[in-house]
Amino acid sequence: MRVTFTVNGRRQEADDVWEGESLLYVLRERMGLPGSKNACEQGECGSCTVRLDGVPVCSCLVAAGQAEGREVVTVEGLAGKDGRLSTVQQAFVDAGAVQCGFCTPGLLVAADELLERTPEPSDGDIREALSGNLCRCTGYEKILDAVRLAAARTGEAV
Amino acid sequence: MDFLRPASWQEALAAKAEHPAAVPIAGGTDVMVEINFDHRRPEYLLDLNRIGELEEWEADGDTVRLGASVPYTRIMEGLRAELPGLALAAHTVASPQIRNRGGVGGNLGTASPAGDAHPALLAGGGAVEAESVRGTRMIPIDDFYLGVKRNALAPDELIRAVHLKKATGPQQFSKVGTRNAMVIAVCAFGIALHPDLRTVRTGIGSAAPTPIRATTAEEFLTAALEEGGFWDNGKAVPPSVARQFADLVAGAANPIDDVRGTASYRRHALAVMARRTLGWTWEQYRGKQQDERNQPCA
Ligand SMILES: Cc1cc2nc3c(=O)[nH]c(=O)nc-3n(C[C@H](O)[C@H](O)[C@H](O)COP(=O)(O)OP(=O)(O)OC[C@H]3O[C@@H](n4cnc5c(N)ncnc54)[C@H](O)[C@@H]3O)c2cc1C
Ligand code: FES
Ligand code: FES
Repeated sequence: MRVTFTVNGRRQEADDVWEGESLLYVLRERMGLPGSKNACEQGECGSCTVRLDGVPVCSCLVAAGQAEGREVVTVEGLAGKDGRLSTVQQAFVDAGAVQCGFCTPGLLVAADELLERTPEPSDGDIREALSGNLCRCTGYEKILDAVRLAAARTGEAV
Repeated sequence: MDFLRPASWQEALAAKAEHPAAVPIAGGTDVMVEINFDHRRPEYLLDLNRIGELEEWEADGDTVRLGASVPYTRIMEGLRAELPGLALAAHTVASPQIRNRGGVGGNLGTASPAGDAHPALLAGGGAVEAESVRGTRMIPIDDFYLGVKRNALAPDELIRAVHLKKATGPQQFSKVGTRNAMVIAVCAFGIALHPDLRTVRTGIGSAAPTPIRATTAEEFLTAALEEGGFWDNGKAVPPSVARQFADLVAGAANPIDDVRGTASYRRHALAVMARRTLGWTWEQYRGKQQDERNQPCA
């Protein structure tokens, strides 16, 4: 089947999509957007997190056909058009929150949405918002640092 | 495989009538796992995401009619006062990403003994609104769970909504697992005080082939509260009553040993959760009673 939806502000189309295919597969294998990672395909790790009509979801658990006509934002959509990293992305780099990087795209999308919703999150808010994202490298401390840093920088900018 | 995308509820019912084997997909958090891992290859997937009314609730009278696909996140945020037990249970489901997609209709469709909505629905005394082209019927929640992952829906039926009385007293939900997120319950317990009916209802998860109520424990507690005049005098529940209630809850379960825990651990944990949640809800009820008593007369 053919599936059409908006990704990072651009209308995209994919043909010959198998009906049981996930949104994650379509993004990575048919639309050339490999930023969202496939680590578990069962909702456990959050590395495939994208926003569907603004809401963070595991793209491995959305059927491609369910995305028809909707708005998807992936990690590729976070940086500015000029390639400048977003506040959250820059904070992850500066705080040393990236090791192998496999979990990073999902964490960035989740953290970005948290700060949009809650610009001054408590540590509890951060832990809760990131509780669906697993990282096997960092031990999470630097990730928490990065989100705090991004929040502080967002606060300064306002 | 065919992907059916009904644009309205009537279309969805017609599609289900025409293809009774079609697998509805709402949040997809159960269905897609099965498809990704090749455990299921349905001939038809029936997408419910385009049907807006499934994601809405009505709370005009003294019950809430909760659309089948209202995601857990919105239950947590918007129905805490009306359905506290279900809101607490919703908050323990998986992770934000999953809670943004999954809902009670899917939990009921899967009918896993470990589904977190079930203890809250049993304790609250809900009913499932099932509909087909043949008509609508209300299935009392007590009659809904038939076996391990089997429910009372007919092949041509879809869940339109769940009906749950707005809380008339305190409710609690408690769940044992290894982490605060992303855990399937080792076992779970829900309790709802119904001061209007002077009864207490319960729900047990992950400790029997289906979600169940601890009926004997409910009857014992209801009688003990009545006998002691506790609903009116607002006294503390005696420890001996709480203990016996807890033992009866543990006795109602029929758990197994599995990777998540042993049967005896589950029984033990259920007794602890029953005693604690009774304590929490009863203290909350008493507090409210006292506040009301302390109000100056108008
Ligand atoms: C990583 C992970 C963690 C999880 N953790 C938990 C947890 O902690 N607690 C818990 O309870 N669950 C958990 N689940 C399971 C799942 O999220 C829940 O069961 C959820 O409620 C399913 O809702 P859904 O809308 O995603 O269902 P779907 O996957 O869309 O559907 C589930 C079933 O219900 C049927 N169905 C859906 N809607 C209807 C309808 N309107 N009428 C008739 N049938 C329907 C489908 O055909 C299917 O059989 C977890 C799942 C994942 C992937
Ligand atoms: S790949 Fe989707 S949650 Fe792990
Ligand atoms: S940096 Fe390797 S998984 Fe997180």
